[in-house]
Amino acid sequence: MKRKHKRLTFVIIALLLLGGAAALVLSAFEENIVFFMSPTDVAADKVPHDRRFRLGGLVEEGSVDRSAGKTVTFRITDLSNSVNVSYTGILPDLFREGQGVVSEGKMVGNLFVADEVLAKHDENYMPPEVADALKKSGQWKGNAK
Amino acid sequence: MKMLHQFANPTRFLRLSTRVEPWALVVTVVCFALGLYYALFSSPVDYQQGHTVRIMYIHVPAAWMALFCYTAMAVSAAVALIWKHALADVAAKSTAPIGAVFTLLALVTGSLWGKPMWGTWWVWDARLTSMLVLFFLYLGYMALRDAFDDPARGARASSILVIVGFVNVPIIKFSVDWWNTLHQPSSVFRMGGPKIHPDMLVPLLLMAAAFQFYYFWLLLVRMRRELMAQRLRALRHRQAEH
Repeated sequence: MKRKHKRLTFVIIALLLLGGAAALVLSAFEENIVFFMSPTDVAADKVPHDRRFRLGGLVEEGSVDRSAGKTVTFRITDLSNSVNVSYTGILPDLFREGQGVVSEGKMVGNLFVADEVLAKHDENYMPPEVADALKKSGQWKGNAK
Repeated sequence: MKMLHQFANPTRFLRLSTRVEPWALVVTVVCFALGLYYALFSSPVDYQQGHTVRIMYIHVPAAWMALFCYTAMAVSAAVALIWKHALADVAAKSTAPIGAVFTLLALVTGSLWGKPMWGTWWVWDARLTSMLVLFFLYLGYMALRDAFDDPARGARASSILVIVGFVNVPIIKFSVDWWNTLHQPSSVFRMGGPKIHPDMLVPLLLMAAAFQFYYFWLLLVRMRRELMAQRLRALRHRQAEH
């Protein structure tokens, strides 16, 4: 085997081993890399009770209640389970019913008390006229309203 | 392979690159002029983001180039390490600062977009964090390269670092699919075609072409400078010996 072939084999084997090692590390840290938990995780009791965590999902249709002054309550759903959330503060521009959000806070009984709400943007980009046309023709598949 | 060896000859490269350089610059300027006009004036606003969507026309091409430059660097470093092509090493060295700037641009524009849209400048989700790691890999490569008195040893050590760091590239690309992140999944390179309206896709691709040609032009300029500097060093070295 020529020296350059030896070096080539060495680089390829090293990369494969590194890739494998990275995959193992990342799968071991899976729980820490995941940015937020879902309402199903809450229902399955997979979330911490005494620690803060992030809860992500869609703002359920018709669940937003702003009657309590600065405190807003709404439900976050992943379409199979949902969790009641209360939040005091300023909501981001994209916050609305049907929008994906990630909120950070703690479970207090069955209520998730959030102190931060971030809006999640999806991968759809289109002009407003197209969005209106899609809604009119009933082909609207996106999460957002 | 034989043709590749012909191009790998530094003298031939210098001759060819001086001829290609002005054309690369012309194409870059034309693409930027068209792309910026479409992106800033003639493309529609987004149904959710309004005018903020225009940040995407800088952010997305910069992020693509950050990954492209790193991949180019890793391939060049591997070729330099395995086949000992001097030109490949020069290419890797010349790419590093360009890639670092593209990465920084993607991070900064992303942050500017994140504040109005998400409600935060920065979150430690998988996509943003892995992109920050990429930035540090670029910086680490440049620092390590210059940390040796013997340039050959610096080149070898830093080439190994770049190849090892390549593990991060697929992690960045697929981070939005493997884990739930705040960052949205890919809109263009995805199964089932782009999820972006053609009126927005065209300026985005024009800007991507502009960034690509800009990199190509800058790479030629930097590589030529580096080769000249190497020759000058060699001449001085020989002179000092006499």
